[in-house]
This record gives sequence, structure tokens and C-alpha cells, in this order.
Amino acid sequence: MTYEIIAIYAVIFCLVVGSIFTLVGAIGLLKFNDSMTRLHAPTKVGTVGVGALLLASVIYNGVFNEGAIQELLIMGFLFVTAPISANFIAKVNMHRRACDAPPELPEGEQWATFDVPATDADISDPVIEKA
Amino acid sequence: MARLFHWLFPHPLLTILLTIVWTILQNGISAGMLVFGLILGTIIPRLTAAFWPERPGGFRVGKMISYTLLVMWDILVANIQVAWIVLTVSNAKLKPAWITVPLDLRKPEAITLLAGTITLTPGTVSADVSESGYYLLVHVLHTDDPAAEVDAIKNRYEARLKEIFV
Repeated sequence: MTYEIIAIYAVIFCLVVGSIFTLVGAIGLLKFNDSMTRLHAPTKVGTVGVGALLLASVIYNGVFNEGAIQELLIMGFLFVTAPISANFIAKVNMHRRACDAPPELPEGEQWATFDVPATDADISDPVIEKA
Repeated sequence: MARLFHWLFPHPLLTILLTIVWTILQNGISAGMLVFGLILGTIIPRLTAAFWPERPGGFRVGKMISYTLLVMWDILVANIQVAWIVLTVSNAKLKPAWITVPLDLRKPEAITLLAGTITLTPGTVSADVSESGYYLLVHVLHTDDPAAEVDAIKNRYEARLKEIFV
């Protein structure tokens, strides 16, 4: 009996922690006013926020149902894909000059994002222009 | 024989990983599913071998496990720090910065792992890599000393990754 009570408290703790971090992530997304700083908020939600919620699920299923470890897969896929989507958003920001210019590189090198044909270098948003 | 093995299993670690993932997906071990996972683990690397022609070199699993634990701990600590920044630092006082991290790593797999680690630890997002792959562009949410951030990334993560990918 006590074993189950401890498990319930652990589940509650994980749910509360996960919810708080998800909330903070959402607040960050609303609060910051620059597209690059905004990008920092979802990376937080994706790690500890979702991680704690999934841990709650693992504990609950482990104690009260027959165990489930598929949550580990969700976690794994999330950790693999989150940096890639963040990277894509950052690259789009750089490409559209929607953020501060990144620092110059020595030795005549340049960032890979800016290595585009001259016709594509000047990106103004075609959707906004049409409207 | 060795060539046949290489042709059939271009990435042996990927084969093992896919089998494990398939087994976890079933949420229970049965011989049939294990065999089916093994079949998938053979077919998928074979079909995608054209996109990943080179076999990655040495890879130390033991060091990778300790690295994963270190990164998870860092994620936890950094999350609390960044949550504090989000809640207490006003937009006007926030000091975001770009930093350029010169890379000693040369293997694409290692650089990808480093970039992923940097993005997952909150407060830093890796944005771009230079054309030659010798520099990494990282965006920091709030920092007073950009040079210290570069040192932290190099000493804490890159040095360990250099030992993992030999």
C-alpha cells in the first residue's frame, strides 16, 4: 500500500515539474521579442518539460499497469529531432536577416547559410509583398 | 566474406539500434518480433547506405554513456537557470549574443552530436556551421562574457566528444 502511495506522489511531482517547465517555455515564447531569443523557449519545453511528463507516465504504468517503456522512444526521437527543427528555424532567421548579423569569420570563410546564388541572396518575404 | 558482410551491414551499430527500437515499440519481447526487427535492421541500413557512404570510425560506447549522463545533468541544471532568466530578466536587460566556436572536431557525426548537445542544453542554440566545417555559430540567450561560453562548450563537450570519436 505505502509503495503505491509513494508512486502516486512521484507521479504528481513529475507532472507538476513538467507542467511548470512547459508553462515557463510558453511564457518565454510570448515574452521575448526577437525571433532568435524566442527559439530558446521551445528547446526548454522539449527537454525537461516533456521529459518529466513522460517520466510520470513511465512510473504510473510501471506501478499500476504492466510496465511501458515506449516513452523512452518518444524521449529519444524528441531529443534527436528537436535540435534539427531549431537549427532550421535559426537558419531561416539568418537567411531572412530577421536577427542581428552573425559575427564575421576569419580567413575569408563564410557561414554555410549565406553560401547561396546571388539571385537568392536578397530575400524579401514574397507572401507579404503580394498581400 | 568481409566484403559481403560490409555490403549487407553497412552500419552494424545502426542495425542493432533499429532492432532495439523495434522491440521497444512492441512493448514486449517475443522471438518473432525480434526477428522482424532484425529484418528491418538489415533492410533499412542497406537501402539508405547510399546517403551515408562512409562508415564512421571508432566509437567508444562506454564514454558515450558517461557523456549522455553528463549532458542530461547539464540539461536539468541549465533548464532551471534559463527558467529563472525567462521569469526575472526583462527584455531590455537581456543580453543575447552570437558566439563563434572554432572546432577541433572534424568528423561530421561528431560535429552533429556537438551541435545537438548545444541546442538541447537550454540557453544556447547552434545555428550554423561554416562552409569548411571549422567553425560553429551558436546563439546564447543571456551572457555577460561570450568568451567564457566558448570555453565552456570547448572544454565540457568538445573535449569529451574528441575521446568518443577516435
